[in-house]
Amino acid sequence: MTGKLNLDHTAVEHARDVARSIADEVHHFVQDHTTTAIERTICRLLGIDGTDASDIPYPNILVNQLHEAGVLEEGAAFLIGNALANDLKNPQKVAEEAAAGNLDITKLPINDQESIREALAPFVAEGMRRIKNNKFERQRMISELGEGPQPYLYVIVATGNIYEDAVQAVAAVEQGADIIAVIRSTGQSLLDYVPYGPTTEGFGGTFATQENFRIMREALDEAGEKAGRYIRLCNYCSGLCMPEIAVMGAFERLDVMLNDALYGILFRDINMQRTIIDQHFSRVINGFAGVIINTGEDNYLTTADAYEEAHTVLASQFINEQLALLAGIPEKQMGLGHAFEMDPNLENGFLYELAQAQLSREIFPQATLKYMPPTKYMTGNIFRGHVQNALFNVASIWTSQGIQLLGMLTEALHTPFMSDRYLSIENAKYVFNNMRSIGEETYFKEGGIIQTRAKQVLAEATELLQEIRRNGLFESLQMGVFAGVKRPTNGGKGLEGVVNKGRNHLNPFEELMCEGGEEDE
Amino acid sequence: MNKRSRSHKHEVDLKRIKPYGDTLGDGKVQLSFTLPVESGAKAEEVARRLVKKMGLDNPQVVYQEGLSEGFTFLIVYGDCVHTIDTTIIDVPGLSHKRMSMGEIDEFIRSSIGRKIRIVGATTGTDAHTVGLDAILNMKGFSGHYGLERYEMFEVYNMGSQVPNEEFVAKSVEEDADALLVSQTVTAKDVHIKNLTELIEIVEAEGIRDRAIMIVGGPRMTGALAKELGFDAGFGPGTFAEDVAAFIAHRLVDQLDRAQ
Repeated sequence: MTGKLNLDHTAVEHARDVARSIADEVHHFVQDHTTTAIERTICRLLGIDGTDASDIPYPNILVNQLHEAGVLEEGAAFLIGNALANDLKNPQKVAEEAAAGNLDITKLPINDQESIREALAPFVAEGMRRIKNNKFERQRMISELGEGPQPYLYVIVATGNIYEDAVQAVAAVEQGADIIAVIRSTGQSLLDYVPYGPTTEGFGGTFATQENFRIMREALDEAGEKAGRYIRLCNYCSGLCMPEIAVMGAFERLDVMLNDALYGILFRDINMQRTIIDQHFSRVINGFAGVIINTGEDNYLTTADAYEEAHTVLASQFINEQLALLAGIPEKQMGLGHAFEMDPNLENGFLYELAQAQLSREIFPQATLKYMPPTKYMTGNIFRGHVQNALFNVASIWTSQGIQLLGMLTEALHTPFMSDRYLSIENAKYVFNNMRSIGEETYFKEGGIIQTRAKQVLAEATELLQEIRRNGLFESLQMGVFAGVKRPTNGGKGLEGVVNKGRNHLNPFEELMCEGGEEDE
Repeated sequence: MNKRSRSHKHEVDLKRIKPYGDTLGDGKVQLSFTLPVESGAKAEEVARRLVKKMGLDNPQVVYQEGLSEGFTFLIVYGDCVHTIDTTIIDVPGLSHKRMSMGEIDEFIRSSIGRKIRIVGATTGTDAHTVGLDAILNMKGFSGHYGLERYEMFEVYNMGSQVPNEEFVAKSVEEDADALLVSQTVTAKDVHIKNLTELIEIVEAEGIRDRAIMIVGGPRMTGALAKELGFDAGFGPGTFAEDVAAFIAHRLVDQLDRAQ
């Protein structure tokens, strides 16, 4: 890399090595465990869908039965496969019969592994095929339609009503948006099930359901066809249903997923063991499905100071990169997060922002970096807010960011009006076009403010990584290393859904996805 | 310059206040909005008529842009015809003067003589803690330290998505003098429902008389807070000092009354 920051390569690789050993330790723990959410995901991959009369999803009913019977450790695939080997027709039938109380799959005679795998095989193949087809369909559409240049313009819709969201999203596409994210209803991350069907009521957002995914996908494909570029759809693969949302997204061809366990731990008080285990399988699915994951480091800066705590963002990016690699996610599908959140009254604040953005760019050269706009210092003065967003856009084009989450001038006031989105897209397009090659045309002064700042942040991040390696990631989170938030290992929501894998546990999808991810590239 | 501003003040008729562009009494107002109308001459005319109905004379559409099929964004200027008599307005506000962290600590030390105990949380389904942290966190916000930094406050910050029952239970356990609740999400008035429930629980627990109830958030006003049964509500532009001073004064009043 021909860096602008004059970074010491050995220092960067050293930091990366430390992060790798942190991630390896976490991964050992992950591999020994499974969760209710992972087993529900396997049910969905095997084709189980729908709800019973009281709206409880079949995957939940079945997995709860296994958990109550104390056999969750064997896993849904093993027990469903065994039911199939006992002549049941298909996984959906198994789930429906079990829900109706006509069948207890924990009481059936156990077949040998080989015949169980054989019974599962056609359903496993079908689940894999659905995901692969979507991946190819995305590639086909992009090569046919083309796509917007990076940084992709990312906007949010959040009306609570999926049909209204679609209207807003189509308008945003017409104005130039490349990625549409449908914000989830407040509190969905804490639901231990995924709601079903189309929804028209939400709080501060719209429920993530497979049907809502489908409705929005259809609207965006149509709008993209008209606009002559592929439009990416984004949702939130976090919370207690992390891997389930991943599989629903893979089935409905979502393109981008917020996907960060650290975020759930720190900001949603989700149990760290549960969500780190869930995260791994969700990332395996996202990696295989060609989905760009977005990590949530930017959020640290909404509670911690962006200048003083900048190194925590970099340290977390290093860890997230390594955890993503262990899940088979290619580098260009890594939307590592960071943000433009320094106090606007800070002298030379823009230079520090530039240093940070360039640092992320040079350390993760292949990543589709996700850059978040100012939110903390948006005051209600919409006029100044619009200028802050313009500076954010300048920093982004200068440092070649991948995904630009557009700032709204009405941030902190209300969910965006249609016109707010228009003004922010206009702002970004103006800046990006007007300054397109600024990065190629400029160098940073040797030993100047920007280079010095970048070196300092890298050094501090490395020091933090070493401390985290010494204590382990879980212990470090207990001590509050990120965002100034402390979380106990056994606290938070969802720990009851974690079990040690039993002798018979199998996850045929993870095996295939980890093998197959590479060859499709 | 000084002279001019004095003479300018003279001309202001406090009984007939209207917006100011660059000349007293011009009533200049700028608006921007979207109409669900296809862009073009007709959209402009719709905007002009609408703005006139709002009480703005000489409406001028200075910019319009089609946002999507059937939607037009417009920027419009007009001259407000209405006036307000400011002399008859009495705004119930927080009357005491702004104090610094040191002054507030000193005031508490001399008037109360012990630390004030505070429990804070974002309750209900709301997950936002930016506002809560701006007031409570050691670091505070924009150079204004949070209440944790004060010598005379003992702060329990429970974070976000705390059920109201747990919040109140913790407050009882800590024998809190004040309860601070933050609400950011206001879609479908979810905050109103949640805050009403909180007050009901506090009353049922029998601590409403001694606990100072405070709510903050981007859409919060003093008037709304009082209507919901809180002692005070703080909106945008609030810093920890404002909340600290209010609590300190209110507690002194309460203790005086109790004696």
